Amino acid sequence: MMSEKRSLVSINTLSREKILQLIQRAEEFEMNPNSKILDGKIVATLFFEPSTRTRLSFETAANRLGAKVIGFADPKITSGTKGETLKDTIMMVQNYADVIVMRHYLEGAALYASEVAKVPIINAGDGANQHPTQTMLDLYSIYKTQGTLDNLNVFLVGDLKYGRTVHSLLMALRHFNPTFHFIAPKELAMPEEYKAYCREHGIKYVEYEEFNEDVIAEADILYMTRVQRERFTDLMEYERVKDVYILKASMLGKARENMKILHPLPRVNEIAYDVDDDPHAYYFQQAQNGLYAREAIICDVLNM
Amino acid sequence: MNQELMVAAIENGTVIDHIPSNKLFEVISLLGLQDLKSTVMIGYNLVSQKMGNKSLVKIADRYFSDAELDRLAVVAPNVNLSIIKDFNVVEKRQVRLPKDIVGVVKCGNPKCITNNEPMKTRFHVSEKNNDVICCHYCSREQVLDKVKLV
Repeated sequence: MMSEKRSLVSINTLSREKILQLIQRAEEFEMNPNSKILDGKIVATLFFEPSTRTRLSFETAANRLGAKVIGFADPKITSGTKGETLKDTIMMVQNYADVIVMRHYLEGAALYASEVAKVPIINAGDGANQHPTQTMLDLYSIYKTQGTLDNLNVFLVGDLKYGRTVHSLLMALRHFNPTFHFIAPKELAMPEEYKAYCREHGIKYVEYEEFNEDVIAEADILYMTRVQRERFTDLMEYERVKDVYILKASMLGKARENMKILHPLPRVNEIAYDVDDDPHAYYFQQAQNGLYAREAIICDVLNM
Repeated sequence: MNQELMVAAIENGTVIDHIPSNKLFEVISLLGLQDLKSTVMIGYNLVSQKMGNKSLVKIADRYFSDAELDRLAVVAPNVNLSIIKDFNVVEKRQVRLPKDIVGVVKCGNPKCITNNEPMKTRFHVSEKNNDVICCHYCSREQVLDKVKLV
């Protein structure tokens, strides 16, 4: 009998135990990143939408585990442009690969692929919907810097309306009794559905429009995101707030010692360059943690 | 006067009652009644004690599959259905919205995979609010009253 297929499509399906188990696995890979666990396996990376950062991280993870990598980085060279359906592409590639890592511009693409494929699917981002390996690396970064995921003050800053990463992080941390602080301009505030979710599940949250030294003094984690011009219907409002949600080194005077600054990258100007040298800055290590988190995830879906 | 008597009885077939009057013509087109060769009787804007105003259709010699009734439930949840044989009601049931609605409703999100791939749509009915359905694939929520059918 075939063992149950273990795709990773959405962070919302992961239990507290599963998250902790993946973190423990990531920790092991960080201590010992190179192994031959996946010797003889083939990992396909199908990027229907380009994302160099995520693809390199996955391909490095696969290579460090001893797997071979096939796939495409640029959708222009695939038969999708000739009108091939996603299903047909998946049906073809599953004949060659043991696991498919896919990024797609359409929402729900990875879930659909996981339903038609006989091999596990890892969602490397499907439109504005889900990007669970980003969330896993965020969680691993939080765990690594705080020693726990439980009972933390997590401050989410910037675009909380459209930010896929902050929504997924919120859902994943629901298992760990967090206190959230939502810091955003009115137009980009945390959507009501997530606040309702917090209230229904007894998750504490506070909202602010101001972003300054005093507001962030209690933070354990300061998760920054970009406030983008194209998200505003009212450009006057954008002009008013565009410089408000920029983190500068001068704002870190009252920060807790354990506080770390995270950002999904790429950043534009929302974290001033003078923060990079501050001991609270963690966003580059965070990206590196993605490698270990992805090694753990690839092994997990392959039941290895 | 008995409302049922305003529309003649049928010997064999299906009676669909308690259709909200504003949904009647949608129900007719959904079930393809305009293409039937058998007798169809339509009662529009009848007085209903329960609903104030209702519509009903009696369709001779035609029975509906569960899949067809699932489609019907999306347009008009909670209608009553009677199966008639030899002028007798042999079965009465209330059409209910299934927990999963497959291949009936179009997702309102143009970036949803279901709008870009030849595949069946799938929605879950919200546990909190029966009027809201959520796309299985992209999670976009829609109000049932405003959905477009596939």
